[in-house]
Amino acid sequence: MKLKPNIATSEAGFLFNPATGDSFAANPLAADILGRVRAGQDAAAIKAGILARYDVAPGQLEKDWDELLAQLRAFHLLA
Amino acid sequence: MPLATTSRPRLTVAVTGLNATDSPGPGVAVIRALRESPDFDVRVIGLSYEALEPGIYLRELVDKTYQLPYPTAGTAALLDRLRYIREQEEVAVLIPNFDAELFNFIRLEAELRALGIATFLPTLAQLDARDKLNLAAFGAAHGLRVPASCLLHDAAGLPAAAETLGWPLVLKGRYYDAAVVPALAPAGQAFLRLAGQWGTPLIAQRFVTGQEINIAGLGDGRGGLLSAVPMRKLTITDKGKAWAGITLEDEALLTLARRFAEATRWRGGFELELLRTADDELVILEINPRFPAWVYLTAAAGQNQPAALLRLALGLPVPVMTGYAVGKMFVRYAWDLITDHTAFQQMAARGEL
Repeated sequence: MKLKPNIATSEAGFLFNPATGDSFAANPLAADILGRVRAGQDAAAIKAGILARYDVAPGQLEKDWDELLAQLRAFHLLA
Repeated sequence: MPLATTSRPRLTVAVTGLNATDSPGPGVAVIRALRESPDFDVRVIGLSYEALEPGIYLRELVDKTYQLPYPTAGTAALLDRLRYIREQEEVAVLIPNFDAELFNFIRLEAELRALGIATFLPTLAQLDARDKLNLAAFGAAHGLRVPASCLLHDAAGLPAAAETLGWPLVLKGRYYDAAVVPALAPAGQAFLRLAGQWGTPLIAQRFVTGQEINIAGLGDGRGGLLSAVPMRKLTITDKGKAWAGITLEDEALLTLARRFAEATRWRGGFELELLRTADDELVILEINPRFPAWVYLTAAAGQNQPAALLRLALGLPVPVMTGYAVGKMFVRYAWDLITDHTAFQQMAARGEL
């Protein structure tokens, strides 16, 4: 997963696409994931961190991960 | 010992378009930007057509207002009035902001110069080329994408227009107003309303959907684009006017503005009204031959287009402006100005305040 370089993100979880003017609000976990993406972590490392910190089954995490990716793609936020 | 101060020279500028209503003229926004000119301490002369244009009573922005004859009165009446105003005020630059008045002001350019009043306006040929009636030919001539359209001189032409353009189609008034019509019966009603109000011909235009984006720009008249600031409408009124907007970063939009300025050698302020389709195509819906009502956003974003136009009118150099604040927003608001009936009476009866 890689965000477009021009997408602005804030610690509070807001995303701004300067090319379209669209703004989005991410929930705390999504904001944490996007922050780690921005910091250069790869998907495997981010998922491992989530499994270590949250009581979530790996299968559920994969499903939620794919859903997040689909949303980001639909909003034209991914590179 | 007093501190050294830098002072800007005084300059008197006359501005039209004071109707800051729900379908606002650009005048008040232009004045607000001129007040922030780094070059001049501006004294603003408002030029109004009606006694209830809100800008007349914005005394912190407009120093004095004079009423003008309606554009239909012609150039002679306008020149007479401007001569009188010039006798009262040292107007150095005049910035007209209405489409409908531009023809007269452009025709009077030389006479105004003789009075000591500078302007920086498009030519009559430029004004005519981007007219709604000529937009299709304009797009074809310059390789710019515009919606397919045809002219309607009477309602009998509607079925043929619909066959070519499909339903729904957009019916546009000669000067202003439009209606999206889904079928022949409502199209006939809309034709009568628009033709009754604005005359014929009407423009039937293919309905295109997408994201509404506008670009405010400034051309140097030699093919150069001095400034362009794109804005996406975030809130739209029932008249289709932006009530909130945000500046965008998109090279494709700036390239389009550059192509427009280069192809037309546009002289002065302009606004491109665009749609970005789902296929990421940019379609020009309209080209306005003057600054838009949201032009203060250009100043707020770092490219003060009205202040730059002032320099152009005075023959001063204006460097190409690059870079502006992306994500800068405007949110318009309504405000009840309070004035006294004597001020209104003076404006209505004497034509100046």
